[in-house]
Amino acid sequence: QRRAIPFTLGVPRNYDPTLHPFEVPREYTRALNATKLERVFAKPFVASLDGHRDGISCITKHAKSLSTIISGACDGEVKVWNLPRQECLRTVQAHEGFVRGICSRFCGTSFFTVGDDKTIKQWNWEAPGYGVREEPINTILGKAVFTGIDHHQREGTFVTCGQTVDIWDEQRSSPIRSFSWGVDSFSCVRYNPVETELLASCASDRSVVLYDTRESAPLRKVIMQLRSNTLCWNPMEAYYFTCANEDYNLYTYDIRHLDVPVTVHMDHVSAVLDVDYSPTGREFVSASFDKTIRIFPKDKGHSREVYHTKRMQHVICVRWSADNKYVLSGSDEMNIRLWKANASEKLGLLSAREKAATHYNKKLIEKFQHHPQVRRIARHRHLPGDILKQKRELREMREAQRRKEQNVRKHSKPGSVPLLTEKEKHVVAVVE
Amino acid sequence: FMKGSTPKEERSVHTHNCLSVISFLEGDEDEDTNTISQADIADAVDITSGSKYFNLHLSQFGPYRLDYSRTGRNLLVGGKKGHVACIDWQTKDLKCEMNVMETVNDVKWLHTEAMFAVAQKRWLYIYDSKGVELHCVKKFNDVLRMQFLPYHFLLATASATGFLQYLDVSIGKEVAAICTKMGRLDVMAQNPHNAVIHLGHPNGTVSLWSPNQKESLVKMLCHRGAVRSLAVDKTGTYMVTSGLDRKLKVYDIRAFKPLHSCFLPAGASCLSLSQRGLLSAATGEIVQVYQNVLGSNPVSKPYMAHRLRGQIWGLAYCPFEDVLGIGHGEGFTSMIVPGAGEPNFDALDTNPYRSHKQRQEWEVKALLEKVQPELIGLDPGQLSKVDQASFEQRHKEQIEALGFDPLAKDKFKPRTKKKGRSSAGAIEKRKRKVAHEDQRDEIRQSVQERTEREKELKEKSNEKKLGNKSTLDRFRK
Repeated sequence: QRRAIPFTLGVPRNYDPTLHPFEVPREYTRALNATKLERVFAKPFVASLDGHRDGISCITKHAKSLSTIISGACDGEVKVWNLPRQECLRTVQAHEGFVRGICSRFCGTSFFTVGDDKTIKQWNWEAPGYGVREEPINTILGKAVFTGIDHHQREGTFVTCGQTVDIWDEQRSSPIRSFSWGVDSFSCVRYNPVETELLASCASDRSVVLYDTRESAPLRKVIMQLRSNTLCWNPMEAYYFTCANEDYNLYTYDIRHLDVPVTVHMDHVSAVLDVDYSPTGREFVSASFDKTIRIFPKDKGHSREVYHTKRMQHVICVRWSADNKYVLSGSDEMNIRLWKANASEKLGLLSAREKAATHYNKKLIEKFQHHPQVRRIARHRHLPGDILKQKRELREMREAQRRKEQNVRKHSKPGSVPLLTEKEKHVVAVVE
Repeated sequence: FMKGSTPKEERSVHTHNCLSVISFLEGDEDEDTNTISQADIADAVDITSGSKYFNLHLSQFGPYRLDYSRTGRNLLVGGKKGHVACIDWQTKDLKCEMNVMETVNDVKWLHTEAMFAVAQKRWLYIYDSKGVELHCVKKFNDVLRMQFLPYHFLLATASATGFLQYLDVSIGKEVAAICTKMGRLDVMAQNPHNAVIHLGHPNGTVSLWSPNQKESLVKMLCHRGAVRSLAVDKTGTYMVTSGLDRKLKVYDIRAFKPLHSCFLPAGASCLSLSQRGLLSAATGEIVQVYQNVLGSNPVSKPYMAHRLRGQIWGLAYCPFEDVLGIGHGEGFTSMIVPGAGEPNFDALDTNPYRSHKQRQEWEVKALLEKVQPELIGLDPGQLSKVDQASFEQRHKEQIEALGFDPLAKDKFKPRTKKKGRSSAGAIEKRKRKVAHEDQRDEIRQSVQERTEREKELKEKSNEKKLGNKSTLDRFRK
């Protein structure tokens, strides 16, 4: 029995506000304490999976299991990992040269890999028995190098990109349809998880091309100022996708209005290499050539969180785990790191009191988030020295450009220099 | 002659979780309640309540000051000639008793019954509940009066040299030392609603202080003679003052307006307000308790009265009991005042029946929630208000930085419609429907500017007219 007082007395309450003065300052003090404690408990790094012998080029999650992931390295090795035990279950020498893309089949029984040796290979998720050599279920030879692969959500078709975007049926050894639009190479292709007939791909002519598998030609493309490396569809909102661009930004587009991005996410100080949405569709994580990964809310222009380590070099790929709790990052120093998506979250089973306390603290921080002291503490993140320097440099450069634009506008005929918002500056053209 | 009735107005105040209701003293038809003596009340009620009326005959060590702890269990008495004792007054259990061999000006409990502060002749001393001296704070010298701000853990002291000092008892640092420049400070009260210290001065003014400012927040002229006593009610709305002009005045402290005043044949030297709004005023050897003082109706006759044998030096209501403690020249008297105390306490806040564990938990939580002294001001809820001034400042800076106003509404662009509905005339008609709204804003702004300019001109011309009196004007350019 936990009661220290006799059961008959209980805990009499009187909620008269005159008996509880200073409600606002006391709540503010609690919010300040909650923010400080959140920063104290913000220890996002969980584990590092090492074992690869070359930089990691791609990671993919198992379609059905939360505890398995596969990663492909730049020496053609593909490893299957068990996350709770942080150990490698199986290693497959899949390709000679880079493993360019991996995707897992929706049923969870097999996965596909594409590599620099112009092949698409399909493998079994289960390891072969003892003494049996590791063999792909299916191998397809192509004419050119494939740079990316993605699988349909429900049917047995997958799409690859390389010199053209090809849609393949699993039973056939040649693509059932091929899209191209005068571009020499594509870097990434993704199926829309909600509207399963839509596709998007990042092309080397600095554009993002949209396709519908039911049509015979691509739908339209939006050309930007610099090339996009990867893109990811929002799993909750069928018409939004976010592309990770070389000009240190990420752009969220609405496919219905491609002329202006919905949001420009600016915070990285070097090219953004990969982006992945959380299963709730409210946030996404981005990996950048500056050695950090950042978590952005889907509608805000700046990141809410930045993860970095001295040991983590250029991050090539990120994935958000399907239970919304973890973020995986694969970098070119041969490690995959497991991070908490919510840095100060306590893992494991929480008691009812702990849950109530966490919810209360979160709500307090939300209520007082605009007060300067609370905001200052909540926003504070440590950044490595060179990234901080680079950030300041970039800010100065942008300020200088803005000042020059303003001066030009001030000293020219009113209306001759149009006022462009940040969103409008980055799209060059939309081509149908 | 005494009934414990439950007036309906009292019952409707607490409709939820109400364990106890308030009952007042009611006399027979022709009997005045203030003629009923304490001994009669003690006989008429049950034994426990009757034992709440008692006298401590301590005639040796001078008039006594007293303080009840926040939960109302423990009582601290300090005699002017050095006798300090702390008692659990309900069980009459003596916790500690000593003579500090010096003049004692004031005694005060700190946040729990573990420590208390005694303002002795030269310095401020802090003792343990067993009487062990813990600290001698030499920075706080010649302290005459003390007030403890419970939610800020601040001990505010008023000294004979005119200094108002704040001591944070949780970290042991002096938070602020304010030179009030208003002479000897011997009348002090706190406003429990916003933790502002009220000081009464010999020129009849009452000044309000916070530790963040070197000047007083407010100075009010209250009496035509010196202010002798002050009390502020727990909601922070009313302040009761009494002065040497033998008046008892009630002010609305939120609007700083006098409400009513009444004439006492001898001015009240001590005032105290109970949790339920009963005012006790001590004049010489008599204590009178008034009902319904706070409000717009002037006070007529006292609710209860009691005569003692020594000159009254300290007056305090016990927090959750119907008891008034009186410290006087012949010792200490505890007087029963029905209806004075708040009957329903909050067990998680101040709980008179708390166990050892509950007290520990409460102390930790209170320390975590300790409000910083920077937040003390006239309006305690200011943090929840929108800061319009800094929003406008930031907006102005943003416009300068960007070159345009991001919050400005775009001019109305009517949509082009089909089937010939977007001819030039139709578009103009649609524009005209909306045009007057924009025009109204522009007109309002220009009218405002014009009125402001006219006001400035008027003021300037007024100044000129008044300033024309100087003979040296002809030399001014």
